[in-house]
Amino acid sequence: MLPAFAYIRPTRLQDVVARLNQGDAQLHAGGTDLLGCLHDGVFTTDMVISLGALESDLNAIRQTEDGGLELGAMARVARIAEDATIRQRYPALAQAAASVASPQLRNQGTLGGNLCQKPRCWYYRGDFACLRKGGFKCFAVNGENQYHCILGGTDCFIVHPSDIAPALVALDAEIKTASPQGGRRIAASDLHMPPSEDPRRETRLKDGEVIVSIRLPGAMANRYSRYRKVRARQAWDFALAGCALNLDLDGDQVRDCRIALAGAAPVPWRAQAAEQALKGQTLTAATIRNTAQAAMADADPMSQNGYKVALFEGLIAEMLEQAAAT
Amino acid sequence: MTSRKTEHETPAGPDLSRRGFIKSWGAGAVAVTVGGGYQAQAAEAEEQPLAAEALSRVELDVNGRPHSVLAEPRWSLLHVLREELGLTGCKPGCERGECGACTVLLDDVPHYACQVLAVEAEGRRIETVEGLLDGETLSALQAQFVKEDGLQCGYCTPGQVMAAEGLLRRNPDPSPDEIRSAMSGNLCRCGAYAHIFNAVAAAAKVRKG
Repeated sequence: MLPAFAYIRPTRLQDVVARLNQGDAQLHAGGTDLLGCLHDGVFTTDMVISLGALESDLNAIRQTEDGGLELGAMARVARIAEDATIRQRYPALAQAAASVASPQLRNQGTLGGNLCQKPRCWYYRGDFACLRKGGFKCFAVNGENQYHCILGGTDCFIVHPSDIAPALVALDAEIKTASPQGGRRIAASDLHMPPSEDPRRETRLKDGEVIVSIRLPGAMANRYSRYRKVRARQAWDFALAGCALNLDLDGDQVRDCRIALAGAAPVPWRAQAAEQALKGQTLTAATIRNTAQAAMADADPMSQNGYKVALFEGLIAEMLEQAAAT
Repeated sequence: MTSRKTEHETPAGPDLSRRGFIKSWGAGAVAVTVGGGYQAQAAEAEEQPLAAEALSRVELDVNGRPHSVLAEPRWSLLHVLREELGLTGCKPGCERGECGACTVLLDDVPHYACQVLAVEAEGRRIETVEGLLDGETLSALQAQFVKEDGLQCGYCTPGQVMAAEGLLRRNPDPSPDEIRSAMSGNLCRCGAYAHIFNAVAAAAKVRKG
């Protein structure tokens, strides 16, 4: 039995954001991560605010004026994976969505909720007063850290659990929000909070701020984009290593590129050194090797996760080899 | 100050129940058809929350029959199906959205009942394994699980059957890979996977006739 909470299902977004600003209120979109966190006692809430009555307002997938797409934040992950337009124009996003969790959770979990997931670190989810939960230290530093980060860790060493977020970063997506102040647009690459700035928040969303939609720019449509996820088992698991690749190809020359990693860092990790190594180059064996190594040049593994360096290098190299072969 | 629960249970107190909630919505809906100034007023009225630890009326459509139950906001659909409606085919396993034993269909689509709040299931068509029966007769899919020996201990089986039922409604002719993928959210600790996949493939054939 979950700890008790009050429940409300507003019919207006303004009531959602107003109430979300109060007490320990928590937002319920698909509810899969929320109920899991409440079940495990990661946090408590005095009120669950459901977006259920607003689903049809917030789940549209529509074309934008610039030839891109706007995806409602309440669109279910399964729908993102199956949508014919997304599969055709933004395959990395469809592939990332298809690799999320299990079929049942993809049927229930939402696009916005996937971006706002809490980390899966076993100390954070377990009975440890870790830094992220308001304690004083990260228990992974001297503990079991085989699934923790190799890049971007400071004080806290989680990996961000989303597959969809790196795909959105690689596709230059933009997050549209609503808030008591009226809402704003945030680059997908700026949505998540690095622990160096605040180890207790996963996103830069402010209290009362809700993701309402995600815009995919027309300029990124129909590029060579792919997402690949490596897991300990072939189904229903979080990424050991994931890579979202977005190439603007002219023959086998890379005019422009984005590379964003899952399972590497506390935030979806844009591998900028790798992008620099690849941009303007042709996809030769040497370029591919240099790019993969550049992605891991700053890697600083912990005691048990050094395998991730080789895993990411191999993953990035294989994906680039496949791109070169097309 | 009285507790929320006392307020809820005192007739003179504010009516925070689901019934009151729906009534006030109903009044708003009527006002919309009447129109005029009251319409704008009703449209601006904010819903009131259901109180924590208080029972509220929840209307559920389960296996084609309407059920009116009293439930707390925190109760999962799994809890209500088993403990309030006696539909014990919906199995509690991990109760954290990992094992699939509690899989039910919401509007034909497989969901983990442990990860769905009962209040969130209002307005959805809920189906459990009991709903697949025709009287005492097993559905073709259930019968194929028996025939192909798609189980050992049987605990995960209702969830497996409902995941497969969701697949076959969406995709009546799944490939072996599509079957594996659709069944990947259901764990079987006995490891009867190969037989489960055979049962689903055989059921697809039988259903096509």
